[in-house]
Amino acid sequence: MLLMEQEELKLLEDKCTQENPPACTAGCPIHVDARKLMSDIQKKDLKSALATLQKKQPFPGIIGRICDHPCEDVCKRRDVGSPISIAALERFCVQNQSSNSPKAGMIPEKSQTVAVVGSGLRGLTVAYDLAKKGYKVTLFDKADRIGGSLWDFPKNQLSPEVIVEELSVLSRLKVQIELNREITRLDLADLQEKFAALYLGLAKQSADAVELLGNNYDLDPVTGATAIKGIFGGTLADNDSPIRSVADGRKAAISIDRYLQGVSLTASREGEGSYESKLFVNTQGIEPLPAVSMSNEQAGFTVEEAVQEASRCLNCQCLECIKACKYIESYGSYPKKYLRQIYNNNSIVMGMRHANKMINSCSLCGLCAEVCPQGLDLGEVCKASRVTMIGKGKMPPSAHDFALRDMAFSNSDKFALARHQPGCNSSSYVFFPGCQLSASSPEHVENVYKLLMEKLTGGVGLMLGCCGAPADWAGEQDLFRRNWEVLAAEWERLGKPQIITACSTCHSMFQTKFPNIVSLWELMADMELPGQEDMLSGGRVAVQDACTTRHEPSIHNAVRKILQKLKYDIEELPYSRERTKCCGYGGLMSFANRELAQKIVEDRISESDVDYVAYCAMCRDRFASKGKRTWHLLDLIFSDDLEQAAVKPSVGFSYRHENRAKLKRKLLHTLWQETPSDQEEAYMSINLQINDRVWGIMEDRHILIEDIQQVIGYAERTGRKFTNPDNGHSLAHYRPLRVTYWVEYEPQEQGFIVYNAYSHRMEIVEGAHE
Amino acid sequence: MSNTPKQTEKLPWKCGKCGGELERGLVKASYLGNDFEVQELKCLNCGLVLITEELALGKMFEVEQSLEDK
Ligand code: SF4
Ligand code: SF4
Ligand SMILES: [Zn+2]
Repeated sequence: MLLMEQEELKLLEDKCTQENPPACTAGCPIHVDARKLMSDIQKKDLKSALATLQKKQPFPGIIGRICDHPCEDVCKRRDVGSPISIAALERFCVQNQSSNSPKAGMIPEKSQTVAVVGSGLRGLTVAYDLAKKGYKVTLFDKADRIGGSLWDFPKNQLSPEVIVEELSVLSRLKVQIELNREITRLDLADLQEKFAALYLGLAKQSADAVELLGNNYDLDPVTGATAIKGIFGGTLADNDSPIRSVADGRKAAISIDRYLQGVSLTASREGEGSYESKLFVNTQGIEPLPAVSMSNEQAGFTVEEAVQEASRCLNCQCLECIKACKYIESYGSYPKKYLRQIYNNNSIVMGMRHANKMINSCSLCGLCAEVCPQGLDLGEVCKASRVTMIGKGKMPPSAHDFALRDMAFSNSDKFALARHQPGCNSSSYVFFPGCQLSASSPEHVENVYKLLMEKLTGGVGLMLGCCGAPADWAGEQDLFRRNWEVLAAEWERLGKPQIITACSTCHSMFQTKFPNIVSLWELMADMELPGQEDMLSGGRVAVQDACTTRHEPSIHNAVRKILQKLKYDIEELPYSRERTKCCGYGGLMSFANRELAQKIVEDRISESDVDYVAYCAMCRDRFASKGKRTWHLLDLIFSDDLEQAAVKPSVGFSYRHENRAKLKRKLLHTLWQETPSDQEEAYMSINLQINDRVWGIMEDRHILIEDIQQVIGYAERTGRKFTNPDNGHSLAHYRPLRVTYWVEYEPQEQGFIVYNAYSHRMEIVEGAHE
Repeated sequence: MSNTPKQTEKLPWKCGKCGGELERGLVKASYLGNDFEVQELKCLNCGLVLITEELALGKMFEVEQSLEDK
């Protein structure tokens, strides 16, 4: 999916059910927003509650007292307690808040006339709905009052005063009422002439119906249209459900309105009447609560009782991904909305692309797809959008620049290497430790490599480098491909050995590219491990599964098996294995949106108090950087100071480069007995004094030691700098490529004290007269 | 983009290359193919330009970000 097309957007949007109505609303034949009603009642805002009812109900005072509430049958509260007493709460509302019906004059009048014959709930609804739309409605009834069977309800349920009061709205809507008017077949032609449309409130197959229309009283089930043009009916099924009668009337009113406007009667009418909502609601873990009972059944709920009952409402929503993903949560809405924003962002030709940062902030971890009942993967969309942005040259250059330079470093001569095992000229295996483990814990790479050479036969080669994940995450497909081609060529040169990965990200990047790769953990799970015998009990640890292993159960199992061998007690985090959470490094989130990536760490480390074990170097370092005691799985195998290993601070960016370079030099030296030709640049020998404050600034601003060395080297060589005569400081800048670095420093005998460093990407074109 | 410091505020820096005083003057800046002329501090004598930390991380950063999203 490179460019998201309209249809594709629709398909994706449809997967997100959040905007679907709650079960109660979908189950209500006229779609009263009971969820909103519950929240109004909770706030004791009866005015708003009544408005909520009025939005859908023609005569709330009547319906609120007699509704047979099919909504309650489907209310989700039934899974955890009993359904919300929606009908009783409606009654509470209309008993305690008098209606202020629509005022006449607020409605634009139409010239067309409609005759409504019969004034039961159906006819009343037709009259009300059409009058509200501005039609000139005349309501006929053969009786001497309107209301039909409404008068049959017990007085204590629906009193005559209420009926009169509620139906008075019709006069305010200027509905003409003609009582004692029986309409016979003879009158029909006359009515057809006088009125633009007719509604006949006749029971199906009733004597009246036959008398009036003969065989023509066959109703279209969707529209209520009869075989005669301009004549509509309302009784679609025999039902005496009050609320379904209202729905019948509404359906006819919609048809009549459409008929009079000359538009299609049948187009998109699927949403009318009761239906089953697609909204997914997870009721797991919700405490069951029984219905609140009324102290006085006759009088109905008291205010307190009503508030209490309404408070049982689950406020049904899906939000599964929002509960799981801080990124989705942090943008304040839900995927359906984001999809639209991303789509618009991709379609902009001129103007601001407001969703760039959002697209670049996703960790592409796939958790959303896992928790979404429909499997919507927002990460996939973000990833595809990045590719599109790169393709159009619209990717903000600052978003991934630093990470891509880090990758370039790892694949430069300074780190990259591919060798057979010392003393061998073929390889059955090749160990690919990855760039991040080599940067965080170079000693473990050495330990593991030695262990593998000892345990495996047929030669274990070594390949150092970066798998290309940063390019993939950044949407740089070409760069990723080129990088992979280089790796593949080296691997072929080694004789296509089986690749052993130590990093889950490398593993996921290679998965589809190289045949038959195996993770270090799967191998180790079946190996005798150093230090295993003298282990007593390791204690309790919680496992941080790497997000790039989401669909690798064999790795999850292997890691747990290793921990068991080491006699650790394992606690599973609420989100683990295929539902694990990213540490905020995935997808280069931490470069595009640092604040969010920090929050994600804080959220993840608060899931349990026990010490964590990670098997991704970035997870380990990021958790430790926020003070969470976290081991790398290899620490538990190789470290002789576990206390220190648990709290070891994360290696700063500068030292990540240095560690990789040193590792390569060391291995070349100790294993292959080679003295690497060190062609260090002159600036690299510049000695710097950097205190913790400045160190923090550099980490924050992604400024490396080598950047600072280059600035000072250049300034001291050319004299292009500023000086402060008061304190002897110098301020200089240098632009190696795309970023200008500024350093404030002071020369010392042995080197330079660094006081400050900052950078900008904008280029200054310096004056010509130099 | 220049964030004019109060007239009285005097930066302690002198040009280290030629010893010249710094003053505000027109400077050409460019980013992602957009060129501007802005008032910045530079050496009266040799033209060396000084971008302060405040400017780099404040206004300049904002302009960079909005150009990147264009
Ligand atoms: S719990 Fe509330 S929102 Fe959900 S179906 Fe019941 S009344 Fe509607
Ligand atoms: S891929 Fe991961 S970070 Fe991105 S939206 Fe899905 S769950 Fe959130
Ligand atoms: Zn000068």
